[in-house]
Amino acid sequence: MSASLAFPARRRTTGEALAGWMLTAPAALAYALMLLLPTLATIALAFTDYELGADGLAWIGLDNFAELLRDRGFAIALRNTILYVALVAPLSVLGGLALALLIETGTRGRAFFRAVFFLPVVSLPVAMAAAWQYLLHPTIGPLNAALRGIGIEGPAWLSSSDTVLLSLAAIGVWENIGFNLVLFLAGLTAIPRELYAAAEVDGATSGWERFRLVTWPLLGPTTLFVVTITMTRAVRVFDSVAVLTQGGPNKASEVLLYAMYEEGFTYFRLGYSAAITLVFLAIVLALVWLQTKVLEKRVHYA
Amino acid sequence: MPERFLLRDMPRLALLTVLGLVVLMPYIWMVAASLKPLDEIFRASLSLLPERLHAVENYGKVFAKIPVWRYLWNGVVVCGGILFFQLLFAVPAGYALAKLRFPGSGIAFGAVMLGLLVPYHVPALPLYVGFSQLGLLNGYTALIAPATISVFAIFLFRQFFKSLPDDLIHAARMDGIGEAEIVWRIVLPNAWPAATAFAIFSVVAHWNDLFWPLIVVNGPNYATPALGVLYFRSDEAGDDFGALMAAAVLMTAPLVLAFLLAQRRFIEGIATTGLKG
Repeated sequence: MSASLAFPARRRTTGEALAGWMLTAPAALAYALMLLLPTLATIALAFTDYELGADGLAWIGLDNFAELLRDRGFAIALRNTILYVALVAPLSVLGGLALALLIETGTRGRAFFRAVFFLPVVSLPVAMAAAWQYLLHPTIGPLNAALRGIGIEGPAWLSSSDTVLLSLAAIGVWENIGFNLVLFLAGLTAIPRELYAAAEVDGATSGWERFRLVTWPLLGPTTLFVVTITMTRAVRVFDSVAVLTQGGPNKASEVLLYAMYEEGFTYFRLGYSAAITLVFLAIVLALVWLQTKVLEKRVHYA
Repeated sequence: MPERFLLRDMPRLALLTVLGLVVLMPYIWMVAASLKPLDEIFRASLSLLPERLHAVENYGKVFAKIPVWRYLWNGVVVCGGILFFQLLFAVPAGYALAKLRFPGSGIAFGAVMLGLLVPYHVPALPLYVGFSQLGLLNGYTALIAPATISVFAIFLFRQFFKSLPDDLIHAARMDGIGEAEIVWRIVLPNAWPAATAFAIFSVVAHWNDLFWPLIVVNGPNYATPALGVLYFRSDEAGDDFGALMAAAVLMTAPLVLAFLLAQRRFIEGIATTGLKG
């Protein structure tokens, strides 16, 4: 409307198109060089036998994926990743929800406790992994010292294949719970107060009834979002494994991204590593797809 | 009356305090061990306070063995460089996608949405090969360049600029201000809330990142704080947990202190920004 005041419509449009291209050009260039082309190259690499330092590369079709199916180490990495996600996602989502409800029901200490639980989200994961290494140390660690105090001989948390994945998952829950707590708090404050009053009038007198009838259904979209984002964060587990276990002992804590890192940057088998990367990407995309499916069907409320 | 309410609130506060202490446990023991001599740590007593204060020795060892300031400086350069280019690329693109009509804008927005689906680990292998061919491994370029494009930032700024009133921009055009100047002089000053939120999100992500620095950096010259802790742990500290915890405290401190000073902004920046992505 006001644009027509200054310029004839035609010049205005070409000028606008030119400006649009000029302003998006730097981003488009960086996007092509740093994201699009390398991602396409990863997809292409997965179908080759490329190794860093080798003279050439050959197109080998699905051989890398066939090898993945036979690779015991990869099967373990995939299984461990799924197990890790299956432990971390529910515990940190439900934990985050419980903490959010606990904080939301009162007025005292809200900002304080929110900050306390959020602290792990901003702390350097490598440094905190070192702190966990000390805390969970079998002989000098405070946790086992405390357990000895009550007559229990604690396990070697991070160096026994029975407990290593559980320990890493506990660290994962610790890293994610504050993030989820904050997302749930945002969702909770968006629920209109009147709905609780209305539910009470309708006979929902207990806290549990109000949670079941009002909070939980209205929190649906938040919960779905928190579940997917936690799962995608958990699938990416890398730092704690790289620092604490390097996938050991005996591959008991091998996970997808660490396997990809090892194949690509320790053994320089880039083609094979790219195939692992694609499996990782497929899982991430499947989670997003699942989210949109559920979003279409389930979370309609009203 | 308020006292009665406080009394009723006590179980909730007590429970939150216990849970909060559990979450803080790694920090508490990390700081405690960084103040203790090794023999006290090895006695595995549950006393938090050191019998003999060994802080000077532990922290002194860290400063003597590794270039602490160098690592922190590298972290600042890398995070600052990444943020600078992210804003330089994403703010104009976000503005163009929000306010300008041009052929190809639909494809550009589609590319942004597609990019949001791809974790940064996916392009890592070819990027590594590329930087290695160019002889750019182990330097700031390799650390910064791959993160300069943030589709998330473009998306965030596009959403934010959509809600800016058109009149503001029309008025500027009337005055004969070019589109590029509009971005930096009119749009960006109005985008501070989105820009600060994104800045915090970006700095926290890259300060804490281990994956990419571990791939491209070799040796202490360009090591980021995350790599610094890793190197110290494998090379110097070994079983010297006192010094290792001191190093961990030093490298974690900058972001944690910034967080404690600006909690609300941090939480908005990281979590609420994530909510929109």
